[in-house]
Amino acid sequence: MTRWLWRRVLQAVGTFAIAVVLMFVLMRLAPGDPLSRLQEGRPMSPAEVEHLRRLYRLDQPISAQFAEFVGGVFTGDLGTSIEHGLPVTTLLASRLPATLLLGGAAILLNFTLGLWLGVRQAVRRGSREDRTLTLLSLAGYATPSFWLALVLAWLVGIRLGWLPVAGMRDPLLAPDAPWLARALDMAAHLVLPALTLSIVTIAGTMRYQRNALLEVLRLPYIGTARAKGIPEISVVWRHAWRNAVFPVITLFGLWLPLLVTGSVFVEMVFAWPGLGSLAATAASSRDYPLVMGAALLAAGLVVTASLLTDLAYALLDPRVRYS
Amino acid sequence: MSPLGDALARAWRDARGRTGALILAAVAVGAAVGPLFLPDPLAQPCVLTCRNLPPSLDHPLGTDDLSRDILARVATGGRISLSVALLAVALSVTLGAVTGLVAGYLGGAVDTVLMRLVDAALAIPRLFLLLLVLAVWEQVPVAVLVLLIGATGWFGTGRLVRGEVLRVREEAYVRAAEALGGSRRRIIFRHLLPNTAGPLLVAATLGVGDVILLEAGLSFLGLGVQPPTPSWGGMILDAKSVLVAAPWAGLFPGLAIVTTVLAVNLFGDALRDAVDPRGA
Repeated sequence: MTRWLWRRVLQAVGTFAIAVVLMFVLMRLAPGDPLSRLQEGRPMSPAEVEHLRRLYRLDQPISAQFAEFVGGVFTGDLGTSIEHGLPVTTLLASRLPATLLLGGAAILLNFTLGLWLGVRQAVRRGSREDRTLTLLSLAGYATPSFWLALVLAWLVGIRLGWLPVAGMRDPLLAPDAPWLARALDMAAHLVLPALTLSIVTIAGTMRYQRNALLEVLRLPYIGTARAKGIPEISVVWRHAWRNAVFPVITLFGLWLPLLVTGSVFVEMVFAWPGLGSLAATAASSRDYPLVMGAALLAAGLVVTASLLTDLAYALLDPRVRYS
Repeated sequence: MSPLGDALARAWRDARGRTGALILAAVAVGAAVGPLFLPDPLAQPCVLTCRNLPPSLDHPLGTDDLSRDILARVATGGRISLSVALLAVALSVTLGAVTGLVAGYLGGAVDTVLMRLVDAALAIPRLFLLLLVLAVWEQVPVAVLVLLIGATGWFGTGRLVRGEVLRVREEAYVRAAEALGGSRRRIIFRHLLPNTAGPLLVAATLGVGDVILLEAGLSFLGLGVQPPTPSWGGMILDAKSVLVAAPWAGLFPGLAIVTTVLAVNLFGDALRDAVDPRGA
């Protein structure tokens, strides 16, 4: 087990290292000058351009740039954002809590709703309800998150006026308001972004849960449980579901990239001050050090999530062999 | 009948597959033929009085902030979005098939190196791969956009094909072909490739849906199809600033995306069950 564990961790580190190289190559393969954007407003003197090139190390040979970039990944120095004038690491760190809050809420909503609906579908396999739920979840998967975000913002936020549609807190709420008032305010801001993200990602959870439970419900021990006269609800949840929830855990690793991508659009529409909106504006304003930092962080998250998924699966399912 | 034709026929008999295929056909015909009968999607008939008109007989889906006809733009945008998706997927399926065949058939160091690269590339969400390039490269022409989307979409397909090749290459008839002195090329193209065709077709179909969403997302960020060329994602971006004054401006391109991608995925699901009945 320990050897398997070390091998798996080493593999994750290797994957991340290759991903870092790939990112650098991709960015440098693209034609175009990262500094061109700065010249849009006003033309710069050659001396200014020269100064900026030195500042962003663009005057160095590509090998030196690469060495510095890799060194930076190790020391946590990812350069300076062109747009914000602040270290990329500082910017990413300041935006991380908001994204974790939104991502956590979306995961919670996705899993509680998705697992429950998936179980319902499996139990009523082939019924009208099963087919309708499949169609609805597929429609959610086919919906662009940014469009759904706009539709919900318009309908719930603007027409009905039920919920706030921008930012993370009410700017009029005094910062020294009671904590409960502040928490409720933040929760109200969280509803629409989290709901949007869950709707567009729920199809996978439902499908996996449905299929996993169907597999288990075919097994002989379920027949035994029913024959003993155990109520159906107990057969489904206590006997079958416990063995059908593992496959859904593996989904987490596959599903994180979807969440990361979705948060770019959802955070942008709802002006949620997280990493996604940071990456979106960074890309539109050609702030390449910041885009690079966000991509690095996204890749790091994906690699870590897939590692943790494997570990959780190995710990929870004794049948997994370590070879 | 060939196995592939058989799978297509079975997908057609599936209610989901038929619904998806019919909707797709309707969307494709609308996108191909519609622009011939509709006004110019770039025309601005009048400057001030035709802006943000609600749906009417003259403009069935209304007009946008620059007084352009939204129906015409949805139809022409569909042409763009569908062509980008089909071409990009054709490219990534080809790249994935070649890589998978090479890695699976040659094995050894080639296989290891290729699959390590694929693992690493899959760790970077595709949107971020594209953001990295598009953050530096400005005003990308549509042809380049197709190349970029296609070039970042083959990793999963490559791994899938490799797996299929590993499964098939140990079969007796491939062994026999090798023993009979069949050339590498003959074995790869006559024996291995046809066996991977089913899963490849499923991956390609579902890939089209993903790419439509991806292209719409990039255009929504202002990094994909550049204005004034209409695209579904770009239209939603334009509509964002007139959300209160003209909510319909963004509604219809979004509905077009949902309908198309849902139809693609319904057909893809039916096809998957037809290719591999165990998953049904």
